[in-house]
Amino acid sequence: MSTLDDRPANPAIGEVRPNKRGGVAALIQSPVAIRLGALLILAIGLSLLHLSGRVFWQGLVINLGIFMILVLSLNLASGFTGVFSLGHIGFMALGAYGSAILTLPLAKKADYLPNLPAWLASIHFDFYLGPFPLGFLLATLLAAGLVAGVALLVGLVLMRLSGHFVAVATLGFLVIVRVILFNADNFTRGSRTFSNVTPYTGLWWVWFWAILTLYVVWRLKYSAYGRAMLAQREDALAAQAVGLAIMPPRLLAFVVSAFFTAVAGSLYAHFITSFSPTVFYFDLTFRVITMLIVGGLGSVSGSVLGTVVIIALAEALRRLEDVTLLYGMSQITLAVIFIVIILFRPNGLLGRREIVLARLFRKGGEPSP
Amino acid sequence: MPLLQVIGLSKSFRGVRALDGYTLQLSPLSIHGVIGPNGAGKTTLFNLLTGFLKPTSGTIHLLQQDITHAPAYRIAQLGIARTFQNIRLFGNLPVIENVKVALQSQFANSLWATLISSRAFQQNERELEARAEQCLELVGLTSQRDQEAHNLPYGEQRKLEIARAVALNPKILLLDEPTAGMNPNETDEILHLIRRLRDELNITIMLVAHDIPLIMNLCTHIQVLNYGRLIAEGAPQTVRTNPEVIAAYLGQAKYA
Ligand SMILES: Nc1ncnc2c1ncn2[C@@H]1O[C@H](COP(=O)(O)OP(=O)(O)OP(=O)(O)O)[C@@H](O)[C@H]1O
Ligand SMILES: [Mg+2]
Repeated sequence: MSTLDDRPANPAIGEVRPNKRGGVAALIQSPVAIRLGALLILAIGLSLLHLSGRVFWQGLVINLGIFMILVLSLNLASGFTGVFSLGHIGFMALGAYGSAILTLPLAKKADYLPNLPAWLASIHFDFYLGPFPLGFLLATLLAAGLVAGVALLVGLVLMRLSGHFVAVATLGFLVIVRVILFNADNFTRGSRTFSNVTPYTGLWWVWFWAILTLYVVWRLKYSAYGRAMLAQREDALAAQAVGLAIMPPRLLAFVVSAFFTAVAGSLYAHFITSFSPTVFYFDLTFRVITMLIVGGLGSVSGSVLGTVVIIALAEALRRLEDVTLLYGMSQITLAVIFIVIILFRPNGLLGRREIVLARLFRKGGEPSP
Repeated sequence: MPLLQVIGLSKSFRGVRALDGYTLQLSPLSIHGVIGPNGAGKTTLFNLLTGFLKPTSGTIHLLQQDITHAPAYRIAQLGIARTFQNIRLFGNLPVIENVKVALQSQFANSLWATLISSRAFQQNERELEARAEQCLELVGLTSQRDQEAHNLPYGEQRKLEIARAVALNPKILLLDEPTAGMNPNETDEILHLIRRLRDELNITIMLVAHDIPLIMNLCTHIQVLNYGRLIAEGAPQTVRTNPEVIAAYLGQAKYA
């Protein structure tokens, strides 16, 4: 408390009762065990998929993981804080180009990006530690770190706004990033395709980052940091009345979110291995927002669910398209689904609620931290 | 020494003087009433004291510290809590979370400790939870802890707002019409609650209300505002018999 506080502590709310919790109750029902179990199942599933050699399904599951990172990040920035960002794909683009430039091997770099400044031309994060592509990890971290720095600067200006203003302003950011990517020929090859990216990204990489994102977003939500984000979303004046400044939680959400969005960009770049600035624009923005809204703004498990539902639906529709030859139908259908959700279930499938793994296994558990 | 010292506080909205030359010496552990007709400037005064409005002129000191230009969140941290005339809760959050938001700065965790969910973090969260429950107990909302705040009936929303303000562990609590729209029973509960806050938690109270019997019953000191100006102040009995007050306010049939 403040230095002015010279009174005795509030007697009536000073004492702390010990937390009572049901003793040795079944170990396998503890949240930790259940989460470890879920991770184990995921790991087995990924291993089987990995061994199966089915490239198509592997690609789909990689896509799923990348979108999950994007949706969870956007949820952190927009769903938790109520400050809606339409510019996040700009962070993804910066992460993709940034990491791709970093991992390009020296020989290709000289050939492919001959006009890079000398210091950048001599950097090449294509080294391994034994079988482990350490360079890729470092390039991803470095690119995402830089993007987080950019987000801090952007956020300092834009997070003061709210409502429609911030949505339009962040959209402006997306447009600016695109223009820069188009015009920074020496770094990005401008409108020409950026290819020759080493295909580092695989199932394990993507799902390692997806689970990490999920973990961080979940932890943040159930902490003082997340509480501050939610509180200022609910009522900015009331939040200030209980001693919370508005900017810090918004900035934290925005910066952490931009970091993971850039990671998704790096994973994407090293997965599709060739891309141009057009890839990172409205289409992708709309897709991620659809997943977020369908799942439910503010719900972490909703983000996971929304991503799975939309990816599965998009894939099913795409196949239907191939059979019926009604090309474009899948996109129209997804857009219609989006509109229907907005109209009839504006809070998404889960609203702000969460599916708590531990609850699925027992009756009346406490809200999981 | 006064806990809160206000000198010559004024606020104009486009030329309209909502508050004009307001002065206050708030002594510790008093229950200080501010009354006046609608539009007298009572809420404006509270907004100025809590940093939600910036004064046109005048100064505000909390103990020795000049807080005239401090931002609202800082003033709350320094020990002035408030409730709002038109209730402001975190509507979509559970009741207990509403209180935790106000308490959490007293149980701070680093970002790192939070992310790795360290022992210290878990311990802090448990203590936070226990304290939050005690705050709810104080206002009798224990059974509603997991309800979303906007689902509470009106009277309980007011109580929750008080619990949240108390959770800040404030030196001064500003209550803007805490009994508005309540039945006599609930009003009585609030009256006892306010006394307890002062007697048991050592919180100095400033209170706006239109309920004259409540004010007379509860307050140790009263100020009367009319058109932004102080027209009387003193002990309840003195104020009650002041002719100017009777003319401006108490004489109105509505408040008789
Ligand atoms: N933000 C504002 N902008 C312009 N005028 C304002 C603003 N806030 C208050 N006022 C004006 O200042 C005057 C005082 O209003 P205030 O809300 O402080 O009165 P009050 O004593 O709280 O009244 P009530 O008993 O109705 O709550 C009124 O004339 C009001 O219209
Ligand atoms: Mg008022």
